[in-house]
Amino acid sequence: MPAMTQIRQSLVIALWFMFLTFPILVIRVNTIENIIEWRWLNMLYIGAGSFLGSFAWRYFLARKGQGTRKIAAPGGTAAAATAPPETGPDGNDLSASARSAGKSRTFPSIPEVEAVSAPADLGGVLTPAPAYADKPWLHRLLDSPRLYRPFLIALAVAALVFPFLPFASTYQINILTNALLYVMLGLGLNVVVGLAGLLHLGYVAFYAVGAYSYALLYYHFGIGFWTALPLGALLAALFGILLGFPVLRLRGDYLAIVTLGFAEITRLVLENWNEFSFGPSGIAGIPRPGLFGWEMDLHAATIYIYFLMIVLCLLTIFVVNRLQNSRIGRAWVALREDETACEAMGVNPTAAKLTAFALGSTWAGLAGVVFAAKTTFVNPASFTFLESAMILSIVVLGGMGSIVGVIIGAFILILMPEYLRAFSEYRMLLFGLIMVVMMIFRPQGIVSGVRRSYEFHRETGEKR
Amino acid sequence: MNGAMEPLLDVQALTMSFGGLRALDGVSLRVQPGEVVALIGPNGAGKTTFFNCITGIYRPSGGDIFVTPPGRKRRRLNGLKTHQVTAQGLARTFQNIRLFPGMTVLENVMIGRHCRTRAGVLGAILRDPQTRREEREIVERSYAILEKIGLADQVNELAKNLPYGDQRRLEIARAMATEPFLLLLDEPAAGMNPRETDALEALIRRICDEEGIAVLLIEHDMRIVMSISNRIYVLDYGKKIASGTAAEIWENPVVIKAYLGEETED
Repeated sequence: MPAMTQIRQSLVIALWFMFLTFPILVIRVNTIENIIEWRWLNMLYIGAGSFLGSFAWRYFLARKGQGTRKIAAPGGTAAAATAPPETGPDGNDLSASARSAGKSRTFPSIPEVEAVSAPADLGGVLTPAPAYADKPWLHRLLDSPRLYRPFLIALAVAALVFPFLPFASTYQINILTNALLYVMLGLGLNVVVGLAGLLHLGYVAFYAVGAYSYALLYYHFGIGFWTALPLGALLAALFGILLGFPVLRLRGDYLAIVTLGFAEITRLVLENWNEFSFGPSGIAGIPRPGLFGWEMDLHAATIYIYFLMIVLCLLTIFVVNRLQNSRIGRAWVALREDETACEAMGVNPTAAKLTAFALGSTWAGLAGVVFAAKTTFVNPASFTFLESAMILSIVVLGGMGSIVGVIIGAFILILMPEYLRAFSEYRMLLFGLIMVVMMIFRPQGIVSGVRRSYEFHRETGEKR
Repeated sequence: MNGAMEPLLDVQALTMSFGGLRALDGVSLRVQPGEVVALIGPNGAGKTTFFNCITGIYRPSGGDIFVTPPGRKRRRLNGLKTHQVTAQGLARTFQNIRLFPGMTVLENVMIGRHCRTRAGVLGAILRDPQTRREEREIVERSYAILEKIGLADQVNELAKNLPYGDQRRLEIARAMATEPFLLLLDEPAAGMNPRETDALEALIRRICDEEGIAVLLIEHDMRIVMSISNRIYVLDYGKKIASGTAAEIWENPVVIKAYLGEETED
């Protein structure tokens, strides 16, 4: 009887957890009155919690197993179904190929294809590929404009109205702006990690470059936000190329270590070179972005930066989306998949990696300038490794190479700790737990990257 | 010398040493336009090393590699990087399939078009008419190649989901997308069943005859080597031990010795 064994297993697990947590959760030594308190109720909670938890765990694991089997099956059947025409009964592949070569005369009706297609596409229509016939609902949603368009409009309206709602305090708007900042950082890092597959652990260094460029340019030359924005981006891109050169030969783990070192060097320089960056005390009094000299109070300025971030995020999404469906973007993905083959197919890996580094860093630079303007203060403590790790988590948790995934990931990872404040000291514990569970059940991220598919219309011999 | 008769690929005394090991020792080889040339030899004879030297993955320790692309000047390939060699017009496949598994079949071929197209970052972001035209051309050409190879029904399938034989053919399609004048195939028939091998043979013949692409192939399957190649080179322990037509190689005692070992008289 499977149910009985499961209950027995869960009981054992519950007992084990009760035993493990016994010293810290049940016994408490009261050092003032010199007595030992026995909190047996805690033990009961732990027991019940782990008993139910183990059931949930097993259920989700089983579902996950089913899910992968379901996904694997249609791919296999599709391949099997399409195989016969080539090695078919008449056996000769040449004839099959010749037949399809004959079709090719009638094929490219690509201008027509475009007429049918979604506006942003060239030469092909975004249609569900046969292998994904049974794909997750999220992808199905993202694939059909009819389904996601109303959702998108609702989201846009919500974003526009939000700051003027009664409950939207300066704090609420601020954390949302913060989340948008991380959307931008996540999308930037996604170019390097998600698309080009270069494990970059020092992304925060370029964020720092952006922030400090604005701070120092203002401090020394009185340069304003709008001039500093492109300058910061440019400087960050330059630093990206600077880092890119020495690490071009490195792959995987080695690259990760070098980028990590680079970020630490940047932070240590900022911390210790007092004449340049004013050390750990940082630079204060950085002006917020101006709007034609209009004086704004704190709340208005917060709202202004919020909208500014929305615009910048939209710009980021637009650019990253176009990049990933371009010649360059494809080269990045190929580089990620197999560098040797990629080079053998005529892609210059040096150029591809450097552009990935430079473009990724550009967004960090932009975000850095906005960060400096938003907090009006920068110091090296904002640019620790933890930040890099956070941005990388956003990319990995959201789904490498997927724009929607990264956006969702950023919102979850940045907003969750804020809204978990109710749990006070358990906040980060819960945060960690959620991340662990996420990675076990969805290692590919919330939304996994999907390759674009093309549909070709032929006048004859349509197979499906 | 007549321009038409100038060899596409002219390798002279190619030597490759890894430390003390001579993987290639003064190997010379020529491929004429319109030829299918096979490079055979026992395991470890240095065939793949030869490919890696030509395509710039290894830097040969001695010897010269010249190519004469049709209608262009003779050029030395030594020291060029792999992607530059591909841009010159030499495309290769790999012994152990190296596709881009997470990309679709069409995208795999589209990568092959990379070195023949120009669009940069700005073009990608702005999507100006020229970039759009180029992108459309990439899709069209890649699709046309897939139709010729017979994979047109699976354009949107992920490369890793293809059956083994199709993956091999996709690698050839991807190499053809780079518009080569010489195709280097590293054991294209490895792991194929007899039917797939027959289809492959026909495909190589068509690539050579219809597309005008010369082929240099490494192969263990003697049946396909003997029936398809105009000429055969035999390597053993990094040295060229024989060259000639299929019939000559078949009879050559040195080759038989290399493959089967020496007869001992007891």
